[in-house]
Amino acid sequence: MASYWQIFISFFKIGSFTLGGGYAMIPLIQKEVVDKKGWLKESEFVEMLAIAQSAPGPIALNTAIFVGYKARGVKGVIFSSLGTILPSFIVILLIAMIFTDFKDNPGVERVFKGIRPAVVALIAAPLYQMGKSAGITRKTVIIPTLAALIVWQTGLSPIYIIIAAILGGLAVGMIKEKRTKSKK
Amino acid sequence: MESVELYISLFITFFKIGLFGFGGGYAMLSLIQHDVVETHQWISVADFTDIVAISQSTPGPIAFNTATYIGYTATGSVWGSAICTFAVSLPSLFIMITISRFFFMFRDNKYVDWAMKGLKTTVLGLIGAAALLLMNKQNFADYKSYIIFAVAFIATFKFKMDPILMIILAGIAGYILY
Repeated sequence: MASYWQIFISFFKIGSFTLGGGYAMIPLIQKEVVDKKGWLKESEFVEMLAIAQSAPGPIALNTAIFVGYKARGVKGVIFSSLGTILPSFIVILLIAMIFTDFKDNPGVERVFKGIRPAVVALIAAPLYQMGKSAGITRKTVIIPTLAALIVWQTGLSPIYIIIAAILGGLAVGMIKEKRTKSKK
Repeated sequence: MESVELYISLFITFFKIGLFGFGGGYAMLSLIQHDVVETHQWISVADFTDIVAISQSTPGPIAFNTATYIGYTATGSVWGSAICTFAVSLPSLFIMITISRFFFMFRDNKYVDWAMKGLKTTVLGLIGAAALLLMNKQNFADYKSYIIFAVAFIATFKFKMDPILMIILAGIAGYILY
């Protein structure tokens, strides 16, 4: 059985080396949790991943919670989540403490003046590829476009967009099901 | 008393971000931006963009990084960081523990499937909104900003350049150009 300490260390490692976050770290988690420690089977891991991506919150944390629970129940969750969160917590806290002191330094300000537009590009550039893999067609592209314009222009909270998306998805699913049933 | 109110408001805000943070990283940006920058004005758009850049080059998800950073800058205390980070993680804890318990119920559930389809289509719009919201005067000071943007966009879109390397190069460009 996995000890709490082992769980903590494994996720601390995962939390420390996941630069950029998100999907980059999935192979790392799989190696540690499936191959090395055997806390999950390969097939369990794949299924878990689908769910960790669907649930709200960062995938790293969702995965840690699931694995921690599987390995040692709720106490396991405490150790796996702490392990995941602590590395970034420490790093960002140090940056927040130091950065606020010299971010008004002219040299630093120049560097960040160059970085800011690049960050916007970093966010915008993957959209096309993501749209393709999400199965967005010429017809459905109107939905994300409208959502973006509404949030951008009206200042409406994205929470309402998310709720509308869930309800819309459910409605479309029900209508489609009814149609296929009536055809039979 | 004012500081207690600040802590409560930070807690509620980051709990909400955790609860509605579907679609991971970038999709949560517009949500964070809306609450943290516009509604509460805990930081400026430029500072927020800097956090995203720092986030890209440090371990951990953007949602955690923002929570930790703003928790400290808004309160000036490590406790502020701890509370915000805890608040943003709490919804995941509730939801994922429930899911882990009743795994079989969520697996191949058609309602979950339908809701996810709706989210998948829409979340892209939220990422687009985040990009548009960050394209303001604070971040795009002059024509040089647009040149950096265009080059960075092509480097990412066409040549799949590593984001950390790109941020470093953009920083060097900024230092030289400004």
